Amino acid sequence: MLRNLIIITISFLLLTLNANAGSDGEISLKNKEPKKIKDCFEKLNRATFAFNQGVDKAIIKPLAKSYRDLPDPVQRGTSNAVKNLSNLITIPNNVLQGDIKSAMINTARLAVNTTLGLLGTIDVANKMGFPKYEKEDYGQTLAVWGVGPGCYIVLPVLGPSTIRDTAGSFANVMGGDPWYNASVHGNNEFLSEGLYIASKAISGIDFRANNIESFDNLEKNSIDFYASVKSLYLQDRENKINNNQRGNIEVLYKDEEDWEEIDSK
Amino acid sequence: MKNIKKILLVLIFISLNHSYVYSIEPDVFVQSTVNRASQILSKNITKEQKIDELKSIAKETVDIRGVGFYSLGSARKNLDENQKKIFFDLFESYFLKSFSSRLSEYTNPKIEVNGKEVLNKNYTIVNSLLIATNERPEIKIDWRIYTKNPDNPLIRDLIIEGLSLARTQKEEFASILNSNDGDINALFNTLEKFSKN
Repeated sequence: MLRNLIIITISFLLLTLNANAGSDGEISLKNKEPKKIKDCFEKLNRATFAFNQGVDKAIIKPLAKSYRDLPDPVQRGTSNAVKNLSNLITIPNNVLQGDIKSAMINTARLAVNTTLGLLGTIDVANKMGFPKYEKEDYGQTLAVWGVGPGCYIVLPVLGPSTIRDTAGSFANVMGGDPWYNASVHGNNEFLSEGLYIASKAISGIDFRANNIESFDNLEKNSIDFYASVKSLYLQDRENKINNNQRGNIEVLYKDEEDWEEIDSK
Repeated sequence: MKNIKKILLVLIFISLNHSYVYSIEPDVFVQSTVNRASQILSKNITKEQKIDELKSIAKETVDIRGVGFYSLGSARKNLDENQKKIFFDLFESYFLKSFSSRLSEYTNPKIEVNGKEVLNKNYTIVNSLLIATNERPEIKIDWRIYTKNPDNPLIRDLIIEGLSLARTQKEEFASILNSNDGDINALFNTLEKFSKN
């Protein structure tokens, strides 16, 4: 009870801070993302980023490399299972964003993969021709509702985020993630908080394992690695919030003014 | 008879002229560029040789000056002619090293061009797919092609899974300038250091 109260207070504070930091004092409920997301805590963010790089080199990357040494079916099964669990967050967010069609498709996907797909280890829905799975989270829902991103922040271990996305993550442990509810509060002998944390850790290692070369390449070829990661994270979030897909060029390539005035002569 | 000769001469001139001046479709241009790069990457030569050959393709097919201008953002408006010259020399070395080094990590990549959309008379976006292998999934790559001169289309940006390399580079440059109170020499030093390492 006390824990939930603390989480609710922190989320409320973050969103209040967000309304102020994202709009220079004016409460913003904009439908579009502001063009520039402020790096209000840059010094602290850079220090946290350096700390995260240390954690990555010492622990996460070696774990990701070992994970990649596992036999292919084990890796694919694990990756599918954690992805299947993420449906439990995606579905309520589809509903909250008014996307009932995707909510129904993802519910069917979850049902098929959890049963026929042996607890999600086999992506049967994909083989059956379901549409491509797009994750949704509470940060994206807040954005769709018009909440601005606020400042860019780097969280210890978890990495890049914004005030809004961090506040959104708290919703998971405030009852917004059925997997968390069942694991932590479910009074079930098979589930526990440890299992929940392990599933989140595996999800992170799976992501890292899929991006070892890309991250190495990015680090090697960046003149400011912190700024590169920040730019890529914010571009990715913008694409996810706008549900940008291939062909949606009027959204993806809307920022044309800067290109238009470039003449190489 | 004289008139017929004249008409024939004009016709020959027009047909000759026409055969030299023709526009290259942006999707054909991208496919031919990736085919050339792919051939180099699958060659049995050293990584350094691959990088050298990729650099020469980049010089021909990428609008390096345009990308450089874009990457500078609003700072480009404050440069004098001498600073512009210094910047472009440094930027070209930086860009070629960074671009070829990123590409040289791939071995035998297969890219299929599967569409294009004209944004306006200056830009066309060409859509392509880097085919999946056992090590990596399929990757969507969009190419921003500068078509102001249709006879000589040039690459200005690569958008990988929706993430623009030019925008990332522009934000890196902006970050360096911001951390150094807008001092362009700090950016020059960083670019120089990168190229020399």
